[in-house]
This record gives sequence, structure tokens and C-alpha cells, in this order.
Amino acid sequence: MTAVTAEGVCRRYGQRWALADVSFEVPEGALVMVTGRNGSGKSTLLRVLATAIRADRGSVHILGLEARLERQSVRQKIALLGHRTHLYEPLTALENLMVAARFLGRDARRQPLLARLEEVGLSDRGDDPVQTFSAGMRQRLALASVLQQEPRLMLLDEPYGHLDPSGFQLVDGLLQRLRRQGSTVVMATHLLARGQKICDQALVLEAGRLAYSGSAAQMPQPAGADEADGA
Amino acid sequence: MNHLLVALRKDLLLQWRGRAQVIATFAFGAAALLLFSFAVGPDSAALREHAGGFLWLGLLLASTLSLAESFEREMEERALEGLLLLPASPRGLYYGKAIANWANLALLGVALVPIMVVLYDAGTPRLFSLLLVILLGTAGLSAPGTLYAAMTSQTRARQTLLPLLLYPLVVPVLLAAVKATSLLILGDPMGQLRPWLVLLGAFDLIHWSIGALLFARVVED
Repeated sequence: MTAVTAEGVCRRYGQRWALADVSFEVPEGALVMVTGRNGSGKSTLLRVLATAIRADRGSVHILGLEARLERQSVRQKIALLGHRTHLYEPLTALENLMVAARFLGRDARRQPLLARLEEVGLSDRGDDPVQTFSAGMRQRLALASVLQQEPRLMLLDEPYGHLDPSGFQLVDGLLQRLRRQGSTVVMATHLLARGQKICDQALVLEAGRLAYSGSAAQMPQPAGADEADGA
Repeated sequence: MNHLLVALRKDLLLQWRGRAQVIATFAFGAAALLLFSFAVGPDSAALREHAGGFLWLGLLLASTLSLAESFEREMEERALEGLLLLPASPRGLYYGKAIANWANLALLGVALVPIMVVLYDAGTPRLFSLLLVILLGTAGLSAPGTLYAAMTSQTRARQTLLPLLLYPLVVPVLLAAVKATSLLILGDPMGQLRPWLVLLGAFDLIHWSIGALLFARVVED
């Protein structure tokens, strides 16, 4: 089954086309990296796939569901970790997880949620407000929150951003775990070597257009690519 | 219904964490009442006559601060978007937020009454009726206020846009609440209170229904 089918997807911000006629397919269970320069449309693409924003033209199917018409059903199967963490700053780490768990109808008791925080190395900061967290800690907490959703399609926008080396290992471990569970992952990243090592497929965007779609291993290396990613 | 309760619990918790803002909003409302008394001067009869209007104007001005603040938290890290993607029901999110705002405004209204009594010598023995007017009036501010605060929270000029959009819409609430409050303070020999309460109730019913229907369109792309 195809996890994602995008056909002629376009998205405009004012007069500028952030995505222009982007078409690709992602098979279920694949790990896909999306790369490209800053402003090439990676985040916009992920937000369209997540149904956070609509495509102005074209169509997106997620796990067989039309994203525009069956938005709520699509959302039950996906999770998005974006640039913005979707967290409430005045609430504690545990309270943030509790809010999400209650909306999802999951176990919102303290102990299971502390175990979630343990997974991302934040169990000792569960009762601290998010506004006291560093950017990396917020990223870890946001990761714990999206994992609660147990999605079939995980959309990660720069998941390594703000993280220290132990955080890199945490994300690598998470991706391996999602692969074992059969989930599909679409991940925007600038860390090409690391992405190529982990992912099966790559999409390269240039000024909103799809410049490459194919094997991650055979992806052409863009000029000036940052290889200092610790992979 | 479950999502409504979860959203309400979350919003009340956020308000509790931001209680310094609640106190600041009360101080703003009290300062407005004080300034109105300076504007009218030492004419105690005029002050008493207009006490209901001053109370509701103070409450209306303070309400825009409190309503706008209720969506600041949602926009900082796109938390509202996160809830919609879970997916949480937009209707549940709207009612949770609107009820929390209602509770906040009703408390503010109750807290401003003693200030009104002291500054304008405008007491009433019909406290339960006054409480009912405050509950109905603040419900009429919070339902459209929550919708417009959501709409303007995504714009740069939100501090200006919210009152510009909200104030014309809530003129019937203001009119009915001021009339009802004035009748309670100055006396109601003709039994005119009831029609004003019915008008407030009708306005509330319409806006609490419309707000929930429109909220999804406002917060979704």
C-alpha cells in the first residue's frame, strides 16, 4: 500500500509559490528524507502532508485517504513534529503530555507519562514548566508528545535541530523503532550523510520544485552540502 | 463532550498559571471605573445613574485584554494547531475556551461590583438578579469574543483588530446588560428587567451556537 501519494501539489504564500507541481509516492513502511536549501519548501510540504495547511492545487492521499476531504480520518493516522513544538509554555512537561493523552483517549496517569519522559531523557524535569526548558529539551518533549499518537505516518521537520549528540542517538533509535513497527517516516533534514545512512528514499526540493526523487543512497550531493553532521 | 471537558480543564489550568494577568486585567477594569468617576465629577446622582453603563464599559474594555491573552498561549508554539492535528474536535476546543473565558469574565464582573458600589454609591439589594445579569452579559461577551480572538490571534494588528470587530457586534449585549443593571440599581417599578434578560439570553443562545459552527473555519487553514 502507498503511504503518501502527492500529485501536482502547489502551495502559495502571497505571490510566491512555496511548492510548485510536486508529485511523488512513498510506499508504506519507508523512511524518506526531504532535503533542500532553506526556503526550498520542505516544511511547507510536511505541513501539507500533515493537513496543517491545504494545497492550493493538486491532491494528497495519505494511507488511501484524500487529505482535503477526509482530514479528520487522516489526522488519526499521522503525527507532525514541526519547527514549532505545539507545547504550552506555562504548563509543565507532564501536564503537556497529559493534555495530549486526554485528547487522544490514552492513559493520562503520571506513571506512564513519566515513562514517556524517561524515553527522551526528561524524567527528572517532569514537574518543571516548559518555559524553563532549553530549545533541545523542548524538542525532546515534543518528540515524546508525538510518540503518544502512535502514528502510521510520522512527519518530522528537522528532528535533529537543537539536539546534542545524545539527542541525535535518541532520534536515530526512534527512527529504527518506527521502522520495526512498520510506520512510515517522512523527515526533513539538512544532515545529508545521516539521512542517507538511515533513509531508503530521498526527495530533493529546489525553490518549491521536486529536483530529485529516488534512492537516498544515490541522491546527488548538492553543492555546499553540510557533511558535518556526525553521522 | 469529552474533548470539551479536556479543553476546559486545559484552559482553566492555563488561566490559573497566568493568574498575574487576571489580576492585571482586574486592576485595569478598576482603573477604568475610577477614571469614569473623575470624568463625571462629584455629581453623585449622575454617577449613580450611569453606574451600570460604567460597570459594563469597564468590563468590556478589560474583556478584550483577557480574550486576546487567552489565545496568546495557543499561538506561541502553535499549540492549538497541535491539538487540531491530534485530532481534537474544533467544537470541543471552542466551547472549552469560551466557557473558561466566560468564567474569567464573570469573576471579573463580580469583582468589579464592589468597586462600582464604593465609587458610585450604586448598590442593589437584588444581588442574585445582578449576578444573573453579569452571567448572561459576560456569556454574551465571551462567545463572540472567543471567536474573534481566535480570528485576530493570527494577525499582526490583533490588539487593534479585536476591539474593532468585537465592539460593534456586542452592542446589543452592552445595551441590554446596562439597562438591566441600571434597573437593579435605580429601581424597577414597571417590571422591565425581564425583557432585557430575555434579550441577553437570546443573544447568548445565538452566539454560543454560531461560534461553535464558525470556529473550525477560523482556526483551520
